[in-house]
Parts: sequence; C-alpha cells; structure tokens
Amino acid sequence: MSMCDNPSTDDHYHQLDRYIDSLHYKKENLIGILHYAQELFGFLPDKLQLHIAQKLDIPAAKVYGVVSFYSFFTMKPRGKHTANICMGTACYVRGAEKLKEEIEKQMGIKTGQITEDNLFSLDSLRCIGACGLAPVMMVDGKVYGRIHEPEEVRQVLEKYRPQG
Amino acid sequence: MDIQLTINDIALTVPEGMSILDAARTINIDIPTLCYLNLHEMKLNNHIASCRVCLVDVEGRRNLAPSCSTPVQHGMVVKTDTPLAIQARRTMVELLLSDHPKSCLTCAKNLDCDLQALAADLGVRNISYEGEECEFKIDTSSLAIIREPNKCILCRRCETMCDDVQTVGVYSAVGRGFETVIKTAFDLPLHETSCTFCGQCLAVCPTGALMELDQTDKVRKALNDPNRFVIVETAPAVRVALGEGFGLEPGTIVTGKMVAALRRLGFDRVFDTEFGADVTIMEEATELIHRLEHGGRLPMLTSCCPAWVKFFEHQFPDLLDVPSTCKSPHEMLGVLAKSYYAETYGIDPKKITVVSVMPCVAKKYEAARPELGQSKVIPDVDIVITTRELSRMIREAGIHFNHLKEEDFDHPLGESTGAAVVFGTTGGVIEAALRTAYEWLSGQTLEKVEFEALRGMDGIKEAVIPIGDRDFRIAVTHGLGNARSILEKIQAGEAHYDAIEIMACPGGCIGGGGQPYHHGNVDILKARANAIYQEDRSKPLRKSHENPAVLALYKDFIGEPYGEKARQLLHTSFTKRRKI
Ligand code: SF4
Ligand code: SF4
Ligand code: SF4
Ligand code: FES
Repeated sequence: MSMCDNPSTDDHYHQLDRYIDSLHYKKENLIGILHYAQELFGFLPDKLQLHIAQKLDIPAAKVYGVVSFYSFFTMKPRGKHTANICMGTACYVRGAEKLKEEIEKQMGIKTGQITEDNLFSLDSLRCIGACGLAPVMMVDGKVYGRIHEPEEVRQVLEKYRPQG
Repeated sequence: MDIQLTINDIALTVPEGMSILDAARTINIDIPTLCYLNLHEMKLNNHIASCRVCLVDVEGRRNLAPSCSTPVQHGMVVKTDTPLAIQARRTMVELLLSDHPKSCLTCAKNLDCDLQALAADLGVRNISYEGEECEFKIDTSSLAIIREPNKCILCRRCETMCDDVQTVGVYSAVGRGFETVIKTAFDLPLHETSCTFCGQCLAVCPTGALMELDQTDKVRKALNDPNRFVIVETAPAVRVALGEGFGLEPGTIVTGKMVAALRRLGFDRVFDTEFGADVTIMEEATELIHRLEHGGRLPMLTSCCPAWVKFFEHQFPDLLDVPSTCKSPHEMLGVLAKSYYAETYGIDPKKITVVSVMPCVAKKYEAARPELGQSKVIPDVDIVITTRELSRMIREAGIHFNHLKEEDFDHPLGESTGAAVVFGTTGGVIEAALRTAYEWLSGQTLEKVEFEALRGMDGIKEAVIPIGDRDFRIAVTHGLGNARSILEKIQAGEAHYDAIEIMACPGGCIGGGGQPYHHGNVDILKARANAIYQEDRSKPLRKSHENPAVLALYKDFIGEPYGEKARQLLHTSFTKRRKI
C-alpha cells in the first residue's frame, strides 16, 4: 500500500514547500521540517526524504541519517496505534515469541506491517527495561506485562478499537 | 598562549589548544590512533573520538583520557605508557575485534590494515569478548568500489572525507547505539548514489570495509588468452608511487623498472598514458583557442578527471557545456591504440585488450561508460587496475622489482614530453596546456616552462598569465569541495576565469584513491609531486606540441587538432544525473 498515490499528496508537497519557504533558517531546521512533514504525510518515505534533501540542498544521506536516529520518526506508514513487542532476552525467555505469534494472528499481519483498517502497526523492540513484567507488549508507549493468554491479548487490543 | 606539561616525565611547551596526542608526537612519542585523522592540507579532520585506542593516563583524573581529543592543560602530567593505559588500549582493540570478521588472511586489506597493525603492535593474543558479528550485504553494485560493512569499525573517516573534503555527502551514520551503520541514502547501492568514485574514502578507511574492485583476474585472463593482443598503458602518477609497494622511499621514480615488470607480466605492448596526455593538450589547447576566437563559453574546465566529471554531472547539471569535451588521457590512448596503432600494424581492434594502470579508482567506472568507445564491442579501455593492484600482480608473479633493469616504453604510443608528466599532480594539466597555448597564441618561444604559481598543495591557486596582448586568468583546484566553491562563484557571476583545472583528489592524481596508502602521512604526496617535477625536468622535450610521435599521429591519421576526426575519436559528451 502506498500513501503517496493519494490525490491529496501533491497538495501535501505544496504545503510542505510553502512551510519550508517560510522558514528563515532552513538547513538548521531539518528536524522541525521532518516533524512537520511527518504530521502531514503520516510517515517519511524515501521519496519524501529525498524531496526535503533537494529542497534544502543537503545530501539525502544526512536526512536519512537523522530520520533513522530519532525514534519518533518513522519511514513506514504507521497505524493509528503502534503496538510493540519486547524481544529482549528476559521477554524472549518467558515466551515473547509465542506472544508475537498470537498478536500477529489476532491482527492478521506480520511484525513490521500495518492492519488492513490502518488501526494498528506492529513492531518489535529490543529490551525496554521492563524485564520484571516479561513478556511485555506496548501500545502507544503504554506497557502491558505478563501477557500469556490469547484472551489477555484480545483485551488489550480491544481497548484501542473504536467502540460500538 | 603556550602550555607547559610533562609527558612520560619529559617537560614540554606547546601551543594552547593542541591535543595530548599531537603534543606527544612533538617529542617523538607515538600513541596509537584509529578513528582520529587530521590532514590539514586536505582540510580533513576526523575527531569523533569513538575508538578509544588512544587512551592515556592523566594524573588526577579518574578515567583514562582519549589523547586525540583531550587538549593539553597547564601542569598536566601525562603518562602514555603505564600498564593501565596499555591494557586499556588493548581492551579497546579486543572489543573492536570481538564483532569483526576474523578473515585477515583472505582480506584484500591484509598487511595494509590499520586495525590489524594495531592489534599486532598492542600484542593482542586472544579476544576475550565474544561479540555477535553483523551480517550486512556486501555492496558490489559499482564498477569501482566494494563496500563490506561487516568490516566497518564506525570510525567515520569515510563520511568526514566525503562530506568535508569532497562535499558529495554519500555516507551517513544511520541508526543509533549498537545498531549504527554507515550507509548511503536509503541504503541505496553505491552505484545509484551521487558517488564520484574518487576513492578518497577508501584511501582513508583503516580497514577492509572499503576497497577498490579488484580486476587483476581479468587482466591475467587476457594475458593468458593467445588470441588477445594485450596493451598496457600507465599514468604519470603511477611511476612515482609504485616503488612504495616494494619498500622504496616515497618519491622514487621507477619508470624503467615498471616498464620492465610489465613486459615480464606478458603484456604485448607497453605504452604510456603520457602520450595520451600530450594528445590531450593538443586538443584542449586548440579547443580553448577555438572558444576564445568564437565567443565560446568561458572558463573552460579541464575534463581529464572522471570523478570530477561525474561530480559536475550530478551537482551542476546546468554547467555541462563548460568543461572541455576532451576525453581523459588514458581513454585517448586507448582509442588510438585501437584505431591508429591497430590500423598501422594491421591488428584487428576487436582482438586488442587495453589495460590502464591508474592511480585512480574512478577510471574503473569511467572505462565502462557506454559513450567511451568506438562501438559497444570496442570500448576505448577494457580494464583498469590501480597502482596497488599492479604492485600485487608483480609480487604474485615473483618478480624482484627492485632488481629489474630499466626498460623503455614501446614506440610510438610510448613517446612523451615533460608536459605530459606533470599531469600527475595538481596544476600540471593547466601548466602543460599553457606551455602549448602560449606558443601558439603568441607565436613566441616560451623560455621558462615552469609556472610556479600553479604548483603546490594550496586548495585553490590562481594566476594571471599574460599571453600576447591578453591576460589569462587561470585557476587550479583539487579536492571536490574546492571545485564546488569555485563553481558556485562562477554560477553566481562572482568569479571570472578563462580556464580552470580541477582534480578530484587532494594533490591531484599523485594522491589518487588507487595509490599506495599514505596512512595519514601527507608528506608522501609531496614527495611524489617533487618526483613528478623531477621527471619533467629530465625530459629533453617539455612541450606537448613538440612530441614527434604526436605530430606524426596528426599528420598521418587525425588531421587537424579539434578537427572532424579528432572530435569523433578524442572528444566525448556529458550526461545530466540526479543529485542524491
Ligand atoms: S568515492 Fe569519493 S564521492 Fe564516492 S563515497 Fe568515496 S569519497 Fe565520496
Ligand atoms: S567504512 Fe571504513 S572509513 Fe568508513 S566508518 Fe567504516 S571503517 Fe571507518
Ligand atoms: S584526481 Fe586523478 S586519481 Fe583522482 S579521481 Fe581524478 S583522475 Fe582519478
Ligand atoms: S583515536 Fe582517539 S578515540 Fe579514536
């Protein structure tokens, strides 16, 4: 799926360009510009990063470096909610792999993908430091620990589904 | 202000702001380094202080200090050789090695690798840490450079070189923490980036993570094929550097031994790229005069450096009509070998293989450019190997290089003048062109052929040279960052020149990406440059248009310089490319 082919994309590019043009300092504001672009487009695909690089006249590798450094930037489309599974050693030992399979099954996607209805994206993380609660999943930064049963997973996800 | 301190109980006074590392070097104490690299002449200063192999003991401090990035202070008491410091350095190297492939024996950088040398110097005998080795794909997309990220130690010298010196910006550190890797934009194969293939990144890479594409196998195959007529040509900068591969002093001129070695390797003819350089001058000087007389675009920029050509194709696509259309000298020699020479001696050009030995990595890529050939099946040059690759081939063949008797190039494409030799160093191409243009334009003999103002390691050199009733404004730059700044001035209408020489590599081709590694010692480049000028002085003829073999070529085959046949064989065109 590609959000770039959305008819509103051209408008987004124009709006982004106008925003960049309005800035006094451009190159110095790369992080701000990337934030603005991510708000607008939802994520920062290669093509958009290249556009920004060319607009600011800086090497695309530098934009890519910055985007990859900060965890709040994403190069893939994200669902409305971001679910993460901790794959650190402690979680792994206590069944993170099984938890991952269960979440994937319930969402109907693989890790790294986004659900059909755009509600969830699913990723894995290295240790998040909540080893005492292993195995751990997170949704939008909120930690849910000691999740073992399919029903527990269902209850967590249910919280984020639109009611009714 | 001067700072007084002691290092290993020796008192010394050094200027404020100096690092402990540099201070120690002033009293001949060496501290190992790996990430740190400071080459003033090239404006390269990599000081990210990430490797920590330069740790030293500073009295009163709780932790050891990285000497490359710790400035000296008054009264500092530094010890570089305490057991603690030495052990700490060894540990840092062990850590670097823990996730490094242990494949030294089969690594192309074997015995030329800084990491390997450091491990040997520090006496690393076992690696106490088991790290997970990364598994990145090797990037073999380009025809010039192989990237093997698994051997990368994240020193970021390549990135600093490409950003600050060359201003191409191909690499960036991507990701964070343990997962940081040096990557291209969007992890594109190098071939799809704006990389110029100048090879300066691999010239400073301390490990085997960046290497030139090894094409010696292809050469050997051609040499062993009885149906191929294999011609080799050698660039000026090779003969003043090849000796380093055999333990000779930098700047030793080994022209005659090199020719002898090439014959022993089995080449059918040993020609000289310098012949091509003399032809280049005939063409370039004529083209310049043509532009002057016909209101053509000025300044004219030289075009003999393929990395520079690729640079302006990506970065200044609106200036494609500014550079001279001349092919580079080795391409000129290649096409002449497969036309003029082939015709004269009745050899089928399809059976000729031209091998160029170059100080250059970019020429590997250049040789494969589709427009550089008489047809798809007859490229001007078939294979390009670097100075380093030639020295490997000579060693492999068991040739005692230092004991070889000197031999001469083959006739006629082996004849050259001093003007062609100086092509190998920054300022040389323009100096050679001036030696000819001066005489052609003024009708007078040029007595003093040396243009001192155009020589030396300054990044941008300028001179006004009166010829006849006109003042010629000349500029010379080397290093692509310097080229960029001069091009931007031209674009903005702030600078006016008649001709500019541009070389991608700092120092020109003597500092090429394919030369024996300088390991951070820029004096080596200066020694090579001096050798170039010495070779020039030793030549009986020092102006390209006096080369009798070149004059015969024009009389018997090409006709007028910059005439129809010349344009067809010796000139080329450029392509707009995307900047990324
Ligand atoms: S070859 Fe030159 S342009 Fe390409 S990455 Fe290396 S330094 Fe940059
Ligand atoms: S590729 Fe080489 S120069 Fe670049 S960061 Fe890695 S080890 Fe250093
Ligand atoms: S300066 Fe010489 S060695 Fe360097 S890229 Fe250009 S032609 Fe090759
Ligand atoms: S050389 Fe000092 S930290 Fe790498």
